[in-house]
Amino acid sequence: MRRVTGFLVLVLIALLAFAIPSVSAQQEPIRIGVYEPMTGPMAAGGQMTWEGIVLAHEMTPTVLGRPIKLFLADNKSDKVESANAVAKLIEQDKVIAIIGSYGSSNSIAGGDVAEKAGIPMMTDSATNPLVTLDKEYMFRACFIDPFQGEVMAKFAYGEGVRKAAILKDVAQDYSVGLSNYFKKTFIALTGDPKSIVAEVAYQTGDQDFSAQLTQVINSKAEALFVPGYFGDMALVAKQLRQLGSKILLMGGDAIDAPELVTIGGTAAEGIVFSTFYSADAPATPEAKKFVDAFKAKYGKTPNANGALGYDTYNLVVDAIRRANSDDPKKIRDAMASTKDFPAVTGSTTIDESGDATKDAVLLKVVDGKFTYLTTVKP
Amino acid sequence: MTWAVFAQNIVNGISLGSLYALVAIGYTMVYGILRLINFAHSDVFMLGAYMLFYIDFMFRLPWWLTFVLAAVLTGVLGITIERVAYRPLRQAPRISSLISAIGISFFIQNLGLVVFGGRPKPFPVPQFFSQSYMVGSVYMANISWVVPVFSGLLMLGLTMLVYRTKVGLAMRAISHDMDTSSLMSVNVDGIIAITFGVGSALAAAGGIMWALKYPQINPLMGTVPGIKAFIAAVLGGIGSIPGAMIGGMLLGMLEIMLVALMPTLSGFRDAFAYLVLIVILLARPTGLLGREFREKV
Amino acid sequence: MLGVYNPARARLKLLLTFGGLAVLAAAIWWGNANLSSYNLRILNLAGINAILAVSMNLIFGFTGLFSLGHAGFMAVGAYTCALLTLPVATKDSIFLLAPLAWPFSVITLPPIAAVVCAGATAGLMAYLTGFPVLRLRGDYLGIATLGFAEIIRVVANNIPSITNGALGLKGIPSFASNLWWTWGCVGITVFVISRLVNSVYGRSLLAVREDEVAAEIMGVNRTYHKTVAYVIGSFFAGVGGALMGSLVTTIDPKTFGFTLTFNILIIVVAGGLGSITGSVLTSVIYTVLLEALRPIEASWRIGPLRVPEIPGLRMVVFSLVLLVIILFYQRGLFGGREFSWDRVLDWIDRRRSRKQGVRA
Repeated sequence: MRRVTGFLVLVLIALLAFAIPSVSAQQEPIRIGVYEPMTGPMAAGGQMTWEGIVLAHEMTPTVLGRPIKLFLADNKSDKVESANAVAKLIEQDKVIAIIGSYGSSNSIAGGDVAEKAGIPMMTDSATNPLVTLDKEYMFRACFIDPFQGEVMAKFAYGEGVRKAAILKDVAQDYSVGLSNYFKKTFIALTGDPKSIVAEVAYQTGDQDFSAQLTQVINSKAEALFVPGYFGDMALVAKQLRQLGSKILLMGGDAIDAPELVTIGGTAAEGIVFSTFYSADAPATPEAKKFVDAFKAKYGKTPNANGALGYDTYNLVVDAIRRANSDDPKKIRDAMASTKDFPAVTGSTTIDESGDATKDAVLLKVVDGKFTYLTTVKP
Repeated sequence: MTWAVFAQNIVNGISLGSLYALVAIGYTMVYGILRLINFAHSDVFMLGAYMLFYIDFMFRLPWWLTFVLAAVLTGVLGITIERVAYRPLRQAPRISSLISAIGISFFIQNLGLVVFGGRPKPFPVPQFFSQSYMVGSVYMANISWVVPVFSGLLMLGLTMLVYRTKVGLAMRAISHDMDTSSLMSVNVDGIIAITFGVGSALAAAGGIMWALKYPQINPLMGTVPGIKAFIAAVLGGIGSIPGAMIGGMLLGMLEIMLVALMPTLSGFRDAFAYLVLIVILLARPTGLLGREFREKV
Repeated sequence: MLGVYNPARARLKLLLTFGGLAVLAAAIWWGNANLSSYNLRILNLAGINAILAVSMNLIFGFTGLFSLGHAGFMAVGAYTCALLTLPVATKDSIFLLAPLAWPFSVITLPPIAAVVCAGATAGLMAYLTGFPVLRLRGDYLGIATLGFAEIIRVVANNIPSITNGALGLKGIPSFASNLWWTWGCVGITVFVISRLVNSVYGRSLLAVREDEVAAEIMGVNRTYHKTVAYVIGSFFAGVGGALMGSLVTTIDPKTFGFTLTFNILIIVVAGGLGSITGSVLTSVIYTVLLEALRPIEASWRIGPLRVPEIPGLRMVVFSLVLLVIILFYQRGLFGGREFSWDRVLDWIDRRRSRKQGVRA
């Protein structure tokens, strides 16, 4: 009896699973695939990126006079699933270009499949230099690690900091990469290998940084660079201030989210970070349009990932428009020759290795708002 | 290391350790009675924090009332989970309940990602808890002494419950021999439900305390504290309530001191923590205060 | 029927075995040539999961060692194989944090040798860790082995001159995207482990699982038997890890968290503890189901109603399916039974005699 019931429940689930997905068959659509981590440890990033992509799709639903159809495949924040998802998008959904994925490890796995199939792929926020290495069909819309690490090191040096500390997440390539280049640049600027007075680490998921921060305070560092995600950074700021330290806190684009202030509260005051765009002051028209539309649709302020998702979609659509064709090879060529595209996250040019070059904007938290400091050219 | 830094690290260690201890008590309680590693505990922990977040968001009650409500509701949820996912497996091999626990854990996490969204939410923290001041040369926030005191009280209360009440007597009887105690007219299902209710309420209290100290909540926030607290419970001897307390403190202190003494190796911290766990288990195969359970044949 | 040696039947069984293998080989040959690369990828992954599940079944199902260290041994195997097969030029370009340590920086081995090395390294690791840890019992053993796996992952994050740290490795030669490789390894794994389990040695393993003390009294050296099962199981975990790295062509420490071990444990238990057939078939079901559920996340149209897409729904449904299987099939889908020609032939005999009975 038990087995029969179990079987029936399974059959029911299977039936639900295969209920017919909706297909609107008016005009042959342009098919674009998206693979993002919608579940698993990186789900937050994937969901925020997806919001940006959906918004962009609503604002630009057609190209070459044909409707655009988006196909989303979840990659579970996992390499194996990323490869599966991309293979599925290419072979079952017949997509001609792919967006994704948040998380360099996912993008490296997915990129290999797309490369072999000859389908162009543009990643929104995978900063690891390995992502586009040796790949002809792989592009990215974001910075790469070396650029941001250098920008922040130069900023710290310019502020008169001569002793800096680093707190990095050893399990995140983003964090390891940024701190690596920050360290190199800062040591080159000061000419003193001992100018990085403390380099301490944590692991993804850790929420207590008190021991590491006590160490940093004890090292008499004048600034602390934390290339982590906004959740981590907010907690670091809180704990650092609770430990009585007032040193300069710096981060990368991954902390560009309103939660930095809503979670960090007053502790977030004075944090300086590099990112792609500023919502106020010298906001480009594109940035303003995006922020307004995002607030209208979702009722909240976007973060860097939402903006990158939005831009990646528009960059891909722009490449299809310029290629004037749905042939993946031609789209790839158009993508590779992207020049000065007016993106939300800054005027974007794709260089010969497939990476985006764009300006970095330095922002500072003042009175709970991100205020503009300066723009750094690549 | 100067004395001031050392003292600061001790305070940090106690503050972290007592949080581990608080969560570990929940693991130990369920294990002590059912021999079940309740992998869903860390997700109930997360649900407790979300429960408070949404109650606070919707009703704006006094803070203590919100806390109690969230704990009670999470307790009810725990009883439901037990009814659906564990009770049908009580006669099945032990591994089935473990897999069921993992299944529930996956289910809650994935549902949480769909319903709450993966993006972290700011947790409402009354000003009192996060206020920090200086004692001598040591900085300390109010939450740093609230958690140890709270955990200590809970431990006392639970020990009273287990050793001084009729329900506690029944729990110990079930832990000893489930079949015989049901013959002795112990209401096994009822007592186990109570155990899960209390265990889940404890998880909720742990989740809320955790979120007060680290005020961001997300659907996967339970994973790392959960596994750490579980290690703490095993260190202390799983099944023993004072053991969970000692294990939690020990692990918290160990983690802080490893970073304090060897900052360049701080990336290896978790590896050292596991290594210490394994060494302690090799020396005392049932943890520091654990007693040998005879495997039932 | 049991125990009676029937030469005609033995010959028939041998014939059937070879016939079955031939059909399987033909299927692999056909699949390699005709299946889309997506379907091939899923089948390869199913094969790798089968290797992992069968090897864990040896450790847990047959020997009763509650070991949660599989992900760690997979990591060891995957890194060994990747470092041995990556072309030197690729190695030079991907190690950005620190140059690759000496012996690995210059050698490149053919895949077969690399996979064997991967298994051997994992086995060696199992021997070194198993020696002290296998004295622990039950849940405590589970925690200690989980601890080892986590130590391996944490260390992999922190030694960039060998693992490239969190940046991971990429460009691993993708020999495992060939069904001959993956399902060939499944064949070898199943062959070795089923021969092992059905030998005198295997009976001793079962004795150790059922009652260690009694087994020891009967003259079974339990430490030796446990260690051998643990090492062999880990060897194949290493092979599985190596193949997984090659299939995806990239690895990093995040891949080998304890959730991976839990997934394999779920396959083993859902398939039935102590059933190799169950492990293999459930691996296929598990892998295929995970992909087959993808459409439920898309937006549906039910009449005039349009249900918007719900990203993440697939995993919710998937965990529900797991729960249902565990709750309703408490001994696993295949409940410890094995496939054998005897079973099939007996079944045919029974049916035939029943039919004749009806006619008579």
